[in-house]
Amino acid sequence: MRLNETYLNALVIAGLLALPLWAVMADQPFTITLVTRAVILALAAVGLNLILGIGGMVSFGHAVFFGIGGYAMGILAYHAQTYSALDLGLFATDGTKSMPVIWLVAMILSALVAFFIGLLSLRTSGVYFIMITLAFGQMFFYFAISWAQYGGEDGLSIYVRNGFPGLNTLVPIQFYAVCLTLLCIVLFLFARLQASPFGLALNAARQTSVRVETVGLNPMRLKLLAFVISGAITGLAGALFADLNRFVSPSMFSWQLSGELIVLIIIGGVGRLMGPVIGACVFVALEHFLGELTDFWHVYLGVALLCIVLFARGGLIGLLTGKEGAHV
Amino acid sequence: MTLLRLENLTASYGDSQALFGVDLQMAQGEVTALMGRNGMGKTTTVKAICRMIRSQGSLMLDGQDLHALPSHKVARKGVGLVPEGRRCFADLTVRENLIAAARPGDWTLRRVTELFPRLGERKGQRAASLSGGEQQMLAIGRALMTNPRLLILDEATEGLAPIVRQEIWAALNRLRQETNVAILLIDKSLKELAAVSDQAVILEKGRTVWSGAMTDLTPDISEKYVGV
Repeated sequence: MRLNETYLNALVIAGLLALPLWAVMADQPFTITLVTRAVILALAAVGLNLILGIGGMVSFGHAVFFGIGGYAMGILAYHAQTYSALDLGLFATDGTKSMPVIWLVAMILSALVAFFIGLLSLRTSGVYFIMITLAFGQMFFYFAISWAQYGGEDGLSIYVRNGFPGLNTLVPIQFYAVCLTLLCIVLFLFARLQASPFGLALNAARQTSVRVETVGLNPMRLKLLAFVISGAITGLAGALFADLNRFVSPSMFSWQLSGELIVLIIIGGVGRLMGPVIGACVFVALEHFLGELTDFWHVYLGVALLCIVLFARGGLIGLLTGKEGAHV
Repeated sequence: MTLLRLENLTASYGDSQALFGVDLQMAQGEVTALMGRNGMGKTTTVKAICRMIRSQGSLMLDGQDLHALPSHKVARKGVGLVPEGRRCFADLTVRENLIAAARPGDWTLRRVTELFPRLGERKGQRAASLSGGEQQMLAIGRALMTNPRLLILDEATEGLAPIVRQEIWAALNRLRQETNVAILLIDKSLKELAAVSDQAVILEKGRTVWSGAMTDLTPDISEKYVGV
């Protein structure tokens, strides 16, 4: 039986609403934390899906933006909690514990860094693009390791979760509601963007850059804008991830994390609206349940990934709906 | 008023020179047939106009030097290209192909589907699943959606069934009669070219060897340079 993709998408959202509610009733707070982790990883992967799925850009350094978002949260919260000034050269600030402010800073910083990385890396394509983005990822990773002021290799612990007006974010279900709402907003924007002239032109640029130019579009500009938006979304996810764990460390910049984000998208379906969400849910479930059974759960994940790449090019969504996804 | 002017245009693919001096002038609303045997530089001339390859000499559109512009800006100045081999955006639907290229102007989705009703019937279909003729119509429609002042069609009817060719020639005739778009045509069918074109330019070995009104193109000249 083939499922309609719209129904499948609705089913996923319904599942994301129902599962934590069940967890609250069954007094299973850890389940809420697991689903929150899946939702945040999905958010990061939706950001990557914009450039990978629509634009065909295989960024192997997207953890840079995840890490920037995480460190933006960590640094601002650290200064707010320790009542120490954060000296930014031109001015000093006391930091903040306000989530909306932290998200804004995380997104702006990630977008700015994405702009400069994109400006350099988008001059290349294929394996060179992958290598340049990977190199940027490693640069940020080693910078974070040697940044002793904010924990260096050991990372930085934040003792209190940041606040959101009207909510007690220390209550898992309330923090989950914040994360799910943000994911839904970003998914809505992704869907609108994908169907907009910009999204269509970006898709066309993935298929043939030269032909896009002959209809008056600048593929470099299209890709750069997508890269910046993608970076900002992933930065937002990084800030939420750091808030979930109340901890930031250089591993948020690691190439393994960049690879995991790509894996999430491939599992769910490249270029599909809910691809990253399904991928993240499956990934977190495998990590948790298989991880309990064996330390070598990555082997099983590898086998699953191999099967998907070989036999289900549209990911799980493609398998369930019978439609192949974007050809990256 | 002259819209497009090429004077002594030369171009190369690396070390291999392909154009040795192409001269061509087109006025707004005029239909020009660019003719010549295979390998004489017709497609290279089109690529040079669209700035898809480097060229030297004079290349002016409405008094502006196109050499100073990248390919996408040439298109924005009003040069619409229907490339050889169609090259639609295969993963997008018909509607999406048209919307992706749309620029403000008279040509809208509705007007394109009026010109090619088949496209209207297949709006939601992926370009890859269209027939060759429909893909060609889509390629023309996509170029029109950029609202060009100059429309270039490179072998637009090549390899198509006679009935589809007729539809495309009919659409080009409508464009000629109902709009002020200048059209530069490359095609092997001399009969259809003669019916729709105001003037002809013939290339041989990368040079313009004859140009003039279509009515002045005698069988001797076409036999000598085009082989038909």
